[in-house]
Amino acid sequence: MADSPSTPHGPPPSFFQRLGMAFGAFSAVLGDAGFAARFAALRRGTAAPPSAPVAAPVPAPAPAAAPALKTLDSSAALQLLALLQREARLIDFTRESLAGYDDAQIGAAARLVHEGCAKVLREHFDIVPVRSEAEGSRVTLPAGFDAALVRLTGNVTGSAPFTGSLAHRGWRAAEVKLPRLAEGHDARVLAPAEVEL
Amino acid sequence: MTAARYAIGIDLGTTHSALSHVDLAASDDDRPVLQVLPIPQLTAPGAVENLPLLPSFLYLPHADELAPGELTLPWAEERGHVVGELARRRGATTPIRLVSSAKSWLCHSGIDRRAAVLPPDAPPEVARVSPLEASTRYLQHLRDAWDAAHPDAPFAEQDVTVTIPASFDPAARELTLEAAQAAGYPALTLLEEPQSALYSWIEASGGGWRKQVRPGDVILVVDVGGGTSDFSLIAVLEREGSLELHRVAVGEHILLGGDNMDLALAHTVARKLAANGTNLDAWQLRALTHACRGAKERLLGGSGAPAEPIVVPSRGSKLIGGAIRTELTHDEVAAVILEGFFPAVAADARPVSRVRAGLAQLGLPYAQDAAVTRHLAAFLGRQQDALRTLEGFAGRQPEGAGFLHPTALLFNGGVFKSPLLAERTLATLNAWLAAEGAGPARLLAGADLDLAVARGAAYYGRVRRGRGVRIRGGTAFAYYIAVESAMPAVPGLEPPVQALCIAPFGMEEGTDAPLPALELGLVVGEPVHFRFFASSVRRQDAVGTLLDSWSPDELQELDAISATLPPEGRSPGDLVPVRLHARVTEAGTLELEALPVSGGERWKVEFDVRGEREAASA
Repeated sequence: MADSPSTPHGPPPSFFQRLGMAFGAFSAVLGDAGFAARFAALRRGTAAPPSAPVAAPVPAPAPAAAPALKTLDSSAALQLLALLQREARLIDFTRESLAGYDDAQIGAAARLVHEGCAKVLREHFDIVPVRSEAEGSRVTLPAGFDAALVRLTGNVTGSAPFTGSLAHRGWRAAEVKLPRLAEGHDARVLAPAEVEL
Repeated sequence: MTAARYAIGIDLGTTHSALSHVDLAASDDDRPVLQVLPIPQLTAPGAVENLPLLPSFLYLPHADELAPGELTLPWAEERGHVVGELARRRGATTPIRLVSSAKSWLCHSGIDRRAAVLPPDAPPEVARVSPLEASTRYLQHLRDAWDAAHPDAPFAEQDVTVTIPASFDPAARELTLEAAQAAGYPALTLLEEPQSALYSWIEASGGGWRKQVRPGDVILVVDVGGGTSDFSLIAVLEREGSLELHRVAVGEHILLGGDNMDLALAHTVARKLAANGTNLDAWQLRALTHACRGAKERLLGGSGAPAEPIVVPSRGSKLIGGAIRTELTHDEVAAVILEGFFPAVAADARPVSRVRAGLAQLGLPYAQDAAVTRHLAAFLGRQQDALRTLEGFAGRQPEGAGFLHPTALLFNGGVFKSPLLAERTLATLNAWLAAEGAGPARLLAGADLDLAVARGAAYYGRVRRGRGVRIRGGTAFAYYIAVESAMPAVPGLEPPVQALCIAPFGMEEGTDAPLPALELGLVVGEPVHFRFFASSVRRQDAVGTLLDSWSPDELQELDAISATLPPEGRSPGDLVPVRLHARVTEAGTLELEALPVSGGERWKVEFDVRGEREAASA
C-alpha cells in the first residue's frame, strides 16, 4: 500500500463498473447516513479525499453527523455470561431469591460462585492494576495524564500536576482471551437445557 | 538428520497431552528458547479456546447431540468426534461415549490393542475405537494445532520426540510409534518420561545443573502422573573431565496416579454424607470429586486450615436451595492421601496384592496396592545391584545394603505440587537411607511439574544434535523367549521351559544384538508363537544365555511374539531352522527378525497385541 502509485484517481471506470457503482451508491446512501453526508458534499463540489480527513481541518460540512456512540456487538458479552454460568452458576445464583435461605446456605452457594468467577476471570482475562502504588499512598499526576486511566475525585481544582491520595488502584484488562466461536453458533443460549436420558 | 527448523516434544499423557518446541536455529547452548504451544480445542459446543494442555479424552457424540457446525476446529470442519476439554466435559455427563486413559489401554496386555473396544461400556450403537485409534487422534490433534500455528514450518518436516513411560514394554512402544505414523508423523524418537523430566530440569537450571550434581550421584526420578507412576534411576559419572548421565534402571508399569487420589477422597466424603442420610447421584459424585481436588490442594498446600468447606452444587437451576454443604478435614486428607498413598513404610515393605474395590474399574489393571511408597521400596530393593558394573560406582553402595541408595531425588507430576506429599516421599526415602547409615538424598528443585515432560522432550531434540548432555543407558530390559528344553518327555508333565536371551540389557538406539547360536524351528505358512519375557535386573546375560529357572521377580512375561514364514519356495508344513535377531531402532523400539540359517532372508517377528497371552504356545 505504501508504494502504490499516488495518483488520486485511477483510469476512469468503465460503463459497467459505473453501473455497479451506481447501484452500490444507491443502497449506501439509503442505508449509511455518513456516506450520504459525504455524497452530498461531493455533489456540492467540496469534495475532499473520500475517506477520513485526518490532518486537514475540513470546513465543517453542512449538518455534521451526531457524535458517534458505538453499540458493541453483544456476542462477547453473551459469551462471558455463558462462561460465568458454566463455571460459576452466576445466572442461577442471581435469579434465585435469597428470601427463605439463611446466611450459611447462601454462603455455601457463594463459595461456588466466587470460585467459578475467579476461574473465569483468571483464565480469560489478564487483569492488572492501573497503578502499582499501594492504596493510601500519595501520587502525583503530571500534565497530560490519561483521564481514562485515572479518575480525579474530591477537590478537583487548579491545574496539573495534581497530587492526591490513591483511593483505588484501578483495574485494566491487559489481555482478553475469549473463546473463538463457530460460524452460526447462537451465543444467546447461555446454558442449554439438560435432559438426562 | 534433516534440516528441521524446530525440535518438537510431545507428552502423550494418560490424562493430558502437551506439545513443546524449541527453535533449533535461534538457541545458544545453555539457554534454548523453549515454548509450549497453546492447543486450540473445543471447550464448549461451537467455542474454541487455546489451552496449554490437551486433555487426553475422546468423545464420540450421538448424531443428534450437537447442532451442525458446533464441532468446527480452526483447521477442520466436523470430524464426528471431539478431542480435548469438551470431550472431558461431555464425557463427565455421558460416560458411555467417552474414551479415557487410552494410553493405559495401549499397554494392557489383556485386550487386543488394535480392536475397537473403547469405551468399554458403550452400547452397541456407539462406533467404538481401538486404543491405537484413540492415541492416533490425540497425536493428530497436536499435529493439526502445530500446522495451524506454523504454516511456514510443517510438522512433517520437524524433529519430533514423543514420550512414553519408562516401563512401556516393546509392544506398547511399537504401538505408540504406529499411532504416530497413522497420525502422519515424520520419523520420530521415543523418549522415556522420567528421562524427559530430568532433561527439563537440566534445561531449566540454565547450565547450573553441573553444580547441583556430582560424579557418584544416583538420581531417583519419581513421576506420579494423573494415571500412572513411573520410577527411574539415573547415575552421574565423570568421564574425560565431563559429567555423563546413565539411566541404570526403570520401574514396573504401575497404574496409580493423582486421579485415584481424588476419587478416593470423594468416596470418603460421599460416605460421610451418606452416613447423615444424603446420598449423591453420579453427577453429584463427579462434582464432589472436582470439589475434593480443590480442597485437597489447599489442605496439602500447607494452608494450615483444619478443614476446607466442600459444596456440591445442585444440578438444577436452584443453586442455593439445592447445594449440599460439607467439609473435608485435614485429618481426612492426611488419612486418605498421606497414609493411603504415601505411608511412611520401612524400606523392606512391599506392595500388597489384593483386590481394592475403590480402584478397580473398567477392566484396567489398576495397581492393587495404592501406596506409592511401597512400590518405590520394591523398586529400590529389586534394583539394589543396578550399579554394580557401572564404571566408577564399584564400592560406592555399601555392602549388604537392602536397597539401592539414591543420593538425589527429582519429582515429576502434578501430585507433587503439594509440598506435604513431596516432603513425605523425601522423608520416607531419607528414613530408609538413615536406617542403613547413609546420608539423606537431596531434592533437585525447580522442576515444572506439569509441563516438564513435554519441555524435556523438545530439549532432547537439541541434545540429539549434540547440543547439551545426553542421558545414556540404552534399553532398561533384557529380553528372552521361552524354548522347550531338550529333555526326554515325561508323560503327564509339560516339558520344562528355558529362557533364551535374545537381546541384552542396555542396547543403545540403532544397535544390533549378535545372533544367538541356538536355532529354532519355524513351520512354513503357520504362525508360530513364542512366549516372551523381559528382565529389568539381569544385566549380565549375553545373547544366547539359557536360563533354566528364574524367580517371578526376575523375569516378567510380556505379550507373546509370533512369526509367520511365507510359503514362497517352500512347502507349507516344512520346518525351517531360524535364528532370532534383535535390534533397537533409531526411534527406540525393539525389532525382532527371524533369519533362516540358510539364505539371506529376514522375516519380521510381530508382537501379539491381541490380548491372547494365555493362548500362546511355547
